[in-house]
Amino acid sequence: MITRFLWQGMDRSLRIFILLVLAIGVALPLLNQLTPPGSAFHVPAWLMQLMGKYLCYALLALAVDLVWGFCGILSLGHGAFFALGGYCMGMYLMRQIGSRGVYGNPLLPDFMVFLNYKELPWFWYGFNHFWFAMIMVVVIPSLLALALGWFAFRSRVTGVYLSIITQAMTFALMLAFFRNDMGLGGNNGMTDFKEILGFSVQADGTRAVLYFASAVALALGLIVSAAVVGSRFGKALTAVRDAESRMRFLGYRVEGYKLFVFVLSAAMAGIAGALYVPQVGIINPSEFSPANSIEAVLWVAVGGRGTLIGPVIGAFIVNFGKTWLTGALPEVWLFALGALFIVVTLLLPKGVVGLWGQIKARSQAKKARAPA
Amino acid sequence: MLFLRPLAMLLPALASALIAATALAADLPALVAGLTTGGFGDRETAIGAMAASGEQRAAPILEALAAGQLYVRKSDNLVLIGKPDGNQLALTEAISGKPAGSGSEAELDRVRVNNRLRGVIEAAVGSLTLMSPDAKVRREAAEALFKRRDASSLAALDAALAAEKDPRIKRAMSEARAASVLASDAPPPQKLDAIALVRERADRDSLGVLEATANSATDPEVKAAAGAGAGAVRQTLAAWEAAQNVWYGISLGSVLLLAAIGLAITFGTMGVINMAHGEMVMLGAYTTFVVQDIIRTSAPHLFDASLLIALPLAFVVAGGIGILIERGIIRFLYGRPLDTLLATWGLSLVLQQAVRSIFGSSNREVGAPSWMSGAFQVGQINVTYGRLWIVVFSLIVFAALILLLRKTPLGLYMRAVTQNRPMASAMGIRTPRVDALTFGLGSGIAGLAGVALSQIDNVSPNLGQGYIIDSFMVVVFGGVGNLFGTLIGALTLGVVNKFLEPYAGAVLGKILVLVFIILFIQRRPRGLFALKGRSVE
Amino acid sequence: MKLGSMMRTGLVAAGLLAGAAGSAFAQGAPIKVGILHSLSGTMAISETTLKDVMLMLIEEQNKKGGVLGRKLEAVVVDPASNWPLFAEKARELLQKDKVAAVFGCWTSVSRKSVLPVFEELNGILFYPVQYEGEESSRNVFYTGAAPNQQAIPAVDYLMANEKVQRWVLAGTDYVYPRTTNKILEAYLKLKGVKQEDILINYTPFGHSDWQSIVANIKKFGSAGKKTAVVSTINGDANVPFYKELGNQGIKAKDIPVVAFSVGEEELAGIDTKPLLGHLAAWNYFQSVKNPANEAFIKTWQTFTKNPKRVTNDPMEAHVIGFNMWIEAVKKAGTTDPDAVIDAMIGIAVPNLTGGLSAMMPNHHITKPVLIGEIQGNGQFDVVSATPLVIGDEWSDYLPDSKDLISDWRKPMSCGNFNVVTGKCGGKGK
Repeated sequence: MITRFLWQGMDRSLRIFILLVLAIGVALPLLNQLTPPGSAFHVPAWLMQLMGKYLCYALLALAVDLVWGFCGILSLGHGAFFALGGYCMGMYLMRQIGSRGVYGNPLLPDFMVFLNYKELPWFWYGFNHFWFAMIMVVVIPSLLALALGWFAFRSRVTGVYLSIITQAMTFALMLAFFRNDMGLGGNNGMTDFKEILGFSVQADGTRAVLYFASAVALALGLIVSAAVVGSRFGKALTAVRDAESRMRFLGYRVEGYKLFVFVLSAAMAGIAGALYVPQVGIINPSEFSPANSIEAVLWVAVGGRGTLIGPVIGAFIVNFGKTWLTGALPEVWLFALGALFIVVTLLLPKGVVGLWGQIKARSQAKKARAPA
Repeated sequence: MLFLRPLAMLLPALASALIAATALAADLPALVAGLTTGGFGDRETAIGAMAASGEQRAAPILEALAAGQLYVRKSDNLVLIGKPDGNQLALTEAISGKPAGSGSEAELDRVRVNNRLRGVIEAAVGSLTLMSPDAKVRREAAEALFKRRDASSLAALDAALAAEKDPRIKRAMSEARAASVLASDAPPPQKLDAIALVRERADRDSLGVLEATANSATDPEVKAAAGAGAGAVRQTLAAWEAAQNVWYGISLGSVLLLAAIGLAITFGTMGVINMAHGEMVMLGAYTTFVVQDIIRTSAPHLFDASLLIALPLAFVVAGGIGILIERGIIRFLYGRPLDTLLATWGLSLVLQQAVRSIFGSSNREVGAPSWMSGAFQVGQINVTYGRLWIVVFSLIVFAALILLLRKTPLGLYMRAVTQNRPMASAMGIRTPRVDALTFGLGSGIAGLAGVALSQIDNVSPNLGQGYIIDSFMVVVFGGVGNLFGTLIGALTLGVVNKFLEPYAGAVLGKILVLVFIILFIQRRPRGLFALKGRSVE
Repeated sequence: MKLGSMMRTGLVAAGLLAGAAGSAFAQGAPIKVGILHSLSGTMAISETTLKDVMLMLIEEQNKKGGVLGRKLEAVVVDPASNWPLFAEKARELLQKDKVAAVFGCWTSVSRKSVLPVFEELNGILFYPVQYEGEESSRNVFYTGAAPNQQAIPAVDYLMANEKVQRWVLAGTDYVYPRTTNKILEAYLKLKGVKQEDILINYTPFGHSDWQSIVANIKKFGSAGKKTAVVSTINGDANVPFYKELGNQGIKAKDIPVVAFSVGEEELAGIDTKPLLGHLAAWNYFQSVKNPANEAFIKTWQTFTKNPKRVTNDPMEAHVIGFNMWIEAVKKAGTTDPDAVIDAMIGIAVPNLTGGLSAMMPNHHITKPVLIGEIQGNGQFDVVSATPLVIGDEWSDYLPDSKDLISDWRKPMSCGNFNVVTGKCGGKGK
């Protein structure tokens, strides 16, 4: 009875939350485009761009939460999927520059001219088509997740071990992408993008659309996640999280469940990365750095793992704090960030959303007691 | 009379050289003055003249010049040798060798040299000190002349060879002579003998001499002999190279072992994913810096002992902070290993920034004590003392830790608590106290690692981050909860890495090692030496 | 555009106000100057110092009454060695704080990351670090060295003075070493060095185990020809590299190492006695003796309250850049970016090595190239100095850039003008 009540409540709040995400997705660009710069309601372009970045981070956090919060797989390598998605988008954007690069080479991106490439490496073919790049954004991270997950889950690598090998994966990828011989821009990565689908990436209109697309992607991510989590499949998933051995004894093929959700989550991270790149204007191997992946996990922890709203809220809180503190108190922001993580893990194991739930539960308990 | 003619021609030349030498010897002050004026070219001429003078007193002046310790006092233009003494310089008069008090750099003008002059000086000092009464100095002089291979030092070498008694120094001198012959325009038979002599040395320097001869010789026989000699030396060296890689691998492995062994305790036996482990290493390194800094300013004579003083302090500092962390944070998180990861990650950010605020973000200098500087040869393997001591140190730490765990009551408690906490508690072991001590021990060992790593790496706030991922790899690869696994894991990864590096390059080598670990974990999900039984689940 | 014109009216108003109040004391809103250097993360090691230098320069300028009768105000942000954050912070500085100029960046990738932002929002960036060239933007002033102001004179010096015939080009695997080594390789071959006498080696960032590579250098150096190492190894990896060199007994008189990224700051972390005689090429050394430099060092040590604090080349670049900007603002009479960018070209200010550095039409400056040898006290002895060299953004030794020039004066106003085709826009068509 109570669980059903809570579940319904959760569902409704999630529905409201998704509408809220979409509303912000529509409102900011409109306020940016339609109000004059002097107006009190005007949203400056930089703020919109910042929010766009947060939305991408939120989608990444949601992806991490899907495997961690609902299936108990702590991936310290989700940054890799995010970055791979970003690289696919980056490759498309590089191909769109065409002969507007500094060397004016119609086919090769600047960094290749620079490194004496005579022709385009084979893996760059196709990326001049938007549809191809978009398919790759989903396919490449998924394939990597599939390969890693297939091996790892079959040989029952769990818990900490899995976390460490995902970390090793992203670290190895970072080192690999740093190599200039990879043909992906080395340390500098890809930057100085000109246009996407024929629209200038620097135009406010394009930015508004990208921002809106990020909001829609996040909303879709929430809906898909809710569908997965709410289904019978999702129940089994949670059961795997809580008692893996028991599920095995009951005859469930645990690795199949894990693999599905791991791949789904990787694809979501890839999409987040693809939306992120045109908005920040650069993709570079430091996105693979293990620290980034750990940070994504921390957003989830701050917001509240095992909930769908939590990671989104966590990503916003932490990144807003980072933006604000690196500007306002540059010398102490790491103290604040570090302290936040410690405090949240110690005092708020269920994150901010959990805190809200606790407060609500307490006040309800009080209310329930009051008439008696 | 015909045979006398060349002699007659030679005599005046000899005589004038002799006269010049005596005149110059008498004129050391003038020569020294020549050293301190004019450009680098003038100085080179002056150095040549001093070498030709054969004046014994010239050697220390030239040595001071090469070391950048020759000064001219601004007030009276007196040439002085200044040795650092605290913040001041202890001065002696260059020519007479009389002490001249002390002074600061500001009152003096340093006589500048460049690399080229340093080479010239080394050869000059070499020919001046070939007759030195000190056997070590004579040997060094011979080595310097071998590397310099200058035809002009032949005469000095011949004279020294005639007087030398010690067979080893004699050998070194004749090698130096051979190298000089090869650089001169001596007739081919002499050169062939010289090649044979140099070839026997069979080290890098002799390879250089032979290659140079093979490149420059005009006589086909000499060229061929030098080429063949170089080939033979290269072959000998190639065989040593494999051994060298093993040594480098062990050395890298010992660094990994030091970094990982503390983690093997906190992560391996306690199950705490301590992301701040690298920062404990960093704290150890900074402790070393502070110790050395204090020693430099207040007790310079203790400098060689600075690392020994730093070791216990680093253990106490890092261990103490470890205990604080355990009591303040970790103990609330037992049973939630993944949460410890998050909290300690936050902690590592705080510690890094704290160190940055206190010590600044730039690198700090940690010097090497004299017993850790330099290198020696084992065959053709170059073993640096610093690396050797780190290998030894890591093994000592490892052995001590094993003893602690196996032979002391504390070790017994630790093992009991990790194996079965409720039972240990029921037996009257104060488990919280044991937890704190275990975590402190792991952190303290990380601090010890920091002292060692300060010798080979940057002492900066980022120090720890470079080691954290490698440390986790080592522990996971070796098998969590098994210290011997950590030892074998570290050494294996080190050696594998060093064998891959020459073929794949440093970056690709590291990537391959990581991929290898990922695949290995699939095959053996619990590492090389897995713990058996239910307690690991 | 709207933003620009708004700022302009604001400035005119402020200027009028200042004029009305008289020049006895500074009036009007302060002029904001952005400082975009990492204060945390891996690059904090190098960049924090530059932030301090900028704060000092701004403080000193304010003591002199600011500029245009207005005080200067520093806006410090921390991009945390995170490249997308650099772009975000640049945007914040330009759009939110509306700074008149930004002094910042260290790594090439951070500059590449902020470049589109500065071009889009028409900001001004002063970039103080030696870099790989192959770039020229209207909105960036490059006060560090281009490859021809560092690498080539260093190689010339070694050839002429130490008769080096064999070369190891060792670098960290990123764009600056790659380009510099490419240029050097082409240059060495032009000078008759054979391919087998050049060894190129790349290592990852923060590489700390140098045993094999140093052994390899030794091996390469035992071929009977004088060998030198040209090091473009990046900051952090240098300390372990030099420690290994010292330990393995590679002396400068046997195999000299000339470095382009090692200055006084980097040496502060090493015992330099074993490194005596290894070289570095820069446009400034702390040990240069002249009144301007001595005054600067004194001010710096007083400002940081540390009598041992060292100075280095990128700091000098900021000094030059900042003074140039002040002069340009005075000349333009406004901080409006377009006016200042136009006014910058041709401005010459004293550098700290006793000469005048001038801003060239390609947004690079003239500098002398100094070769220094490391001394036991962590300082450098200058062993060679060239006259002023103009920074060459498009290298003459690379096939794709040798036909390009940059000239930001009107009417050309082009960063990649092709002298062969006579068109702006690279080598295409």
